[in-house]
Amino acid sequence: MDILENTALSLGKKIRLKEIGVREAVKASLDQIDRQEPKIHAFLDVDEKKVYARVKEVEEGIKAGRYRGPLAGVPIAVKDNICTKGQKTTCASRILGNFVPPYNASAVERLHAAGMIVIGKTNMDEFAMGSTTETSAFGITHNPWNTNHVPGGSSGGSCAAVAAGEAFAALGSDTGGSIRQPSAYCGVTGIKPTYGTVSRYGLIAYASSLDQIGPVARDTADCAALLDVIMGYDAKDSTSMERKSENFLDSLKGDLHGVRIGVPKEYLDLAENLDPDVKKAMVDTIHLLSRNGAIVEFFQLGMVDYVIPAYYIIASAEASSNLARFDGVKYGYRTPEADGLHDMYKKTRAEGFGEEVKRRILLGSFVLSSGYYDAYYLKALRAKALIKKSFDDAFYKYDMILAPASPTTAPEIGKSLQDPLKMYLSDIYTTAVNLAGLPGISIPVAMDSKGLPVGLQLVGNCFSEKKLLDAAYGLEKLRGSFPMAFQAKVEKKHGKERA
Amino acid sequence: MAEHKISDEVMANTELLAKLALTDEEREKSRQEMEKILGYVDKLNELDTEGVEPLISLFPVENVFREDKVVNGDMRDELVDLAPRKKDGQYLVPKTVE
Repeated sequence: MDILENTALSLGKKIRLKEIGVREAVKASLDQIDRQEPKIHAFLDVDEKKVYARVKEVEEGIKAGRYRGPLAGVPIAVKDNICTKGQKTTCASRILGNFVPPYNASAVERLHAAGMIVIGKTNMDEFAMGSTTETSAFGITHNPWNTNHVPGGSSGGSCAAVAAGEAFAALGSDTGGSIRQPSAYCGVTGIKPTYGTVSRYGLIAYASSLDQIGPVARDTADCAALLDVIMGYDAKDSTSMERKSENFLDSLKGDLHGVRIGVPKEYLDLAENLDPDVKKAMVDTIHLLSRNGAIVEFFQLGMVDYVIPAYYIIASAEASSNLARFDGVKYGYRTPEADGLHDMYKKTRAEGFGEEVKRRILLGSFVLSSGYYDAYYLKALRAKALIKKSFDDAFYKYDMILAPASPTTAPEIGKSLQDPLKMYLSDIYTTAVNLAGLPGISIPVAMDSKGLPVGLQLVGNCFSEKKLLDAAYGLEKLRGSFPMAFQAKVEKKHGKERA
Repeated sequence: MAEHKISDEVMANTELLAKLALTDEEREKSRQEMEKILGYVDKLNELDTEGVEPLISLFPVENVFREDKVVNGDMRDELVDLAPRKKDGQYLVPKTVE
């Protein structure tokens, strides 16, 4: 069996049993990167020398018994807004084009402590602002299922890398759906944990009240194992929660019996916007779940129309404040010529930031400005309170909510950016989850008529990852195996040869 | 969708706060896009939020105290090294006072 056929967990197991060497596993990944990158461009930086230096450390660590976890020796890709010591971390932005962090993000430290190997840094929408990975300053990423389509965003590089078999797992970040939507578009599994579960220390901030790092992988068990690795309290992040380790991986049973699942009626009523293939996947999944012991009901969630306005006000406001630090003084790009300090700031930022980032900084500056603060920013925070309440009410009745991850499957490259508002509206199913701080997992359930994957989300109450992962694991068992794009293509090719 | 107009004065103030140098063309495009987005987010005005407190933090927060002890190492040189312009171990910026 080809090394690339393994999930992260089965690879970890074979490394433990010495059936596969760490070096072999890494070489398989790097070779696949060489083969796939010309078509996919999921990575912004792969430093083979560093990777092999780390391989040596991991080999020794496993031998010495320092790395005993289920993912020791497994190569993983990391989104380029997560700081990696000594390796460029650009946020896919010109303004950080040459930034080499002198420290690791806490999540990366945890990967290291688990004996994992960071294989490279993945492409993304600039500063995680976008839904397609087309706002990257360093080129677009292509969907491995069909390279004429986007991989989604903003963690498009991480999801495409997993789908293309270039990495066995990846870290993404999710501010308004940036793990769950590209996971759906690429046919991989991704979870945004409850706000505060994974330390944000070393994650370059976009909207701090919404940002959360999370796993992207081939299946739910891999996600559970990776979440076990990266979660945990960190004094360096003031919003980090004191959560005990829950051992998500060992808790997986796939038991759907008696699980109460609510489906917001409003989510299926987006008549002209919801793709028929996605709707069908929802209906089929509802039947599948109810036939297998789950109690599925439609209900009125409420507040659905106000989610996107509240989200874009809050996210832009926080972005304008967080991105004020990029001023050409302490790190990153500085304009070569300027007339005084203020002019230097303005030119540096105008030249360093891309269009979508500027758009959100301007919007954020406006909604926070004197005279508009109450009408926009405070109003959005009041709406957020009502959105949170609508979910609290729902979780009084249901264990979790089933929803699409996106109204459509992956759009074609070049179709989304002309109309920013339209692109924002496509985040309808994901952003509320961030506003309410909830965990959400996206898993692929079907293929659409164009041959692109359809992903659905399960959303749980705060701190209910265990239940959520178990239900996703159960759904996955009912669904049956779902190949990664690179495996499906091989099958198709072989099929043709036989025919 | 509600009509929303952004005056020259408001646009100039927004640019100042955003610390962005926009060309005339970019300014017009940004203004139009912002007007469109604001027209859309005005939808929030339909919502009765009388008596609803703004939700700033999702979970209860409280002051956390720790001993006033330095735990991080000295990274001064590594950090200053990242600056695009520096002099004698300090950040160098354009002249700010005459």
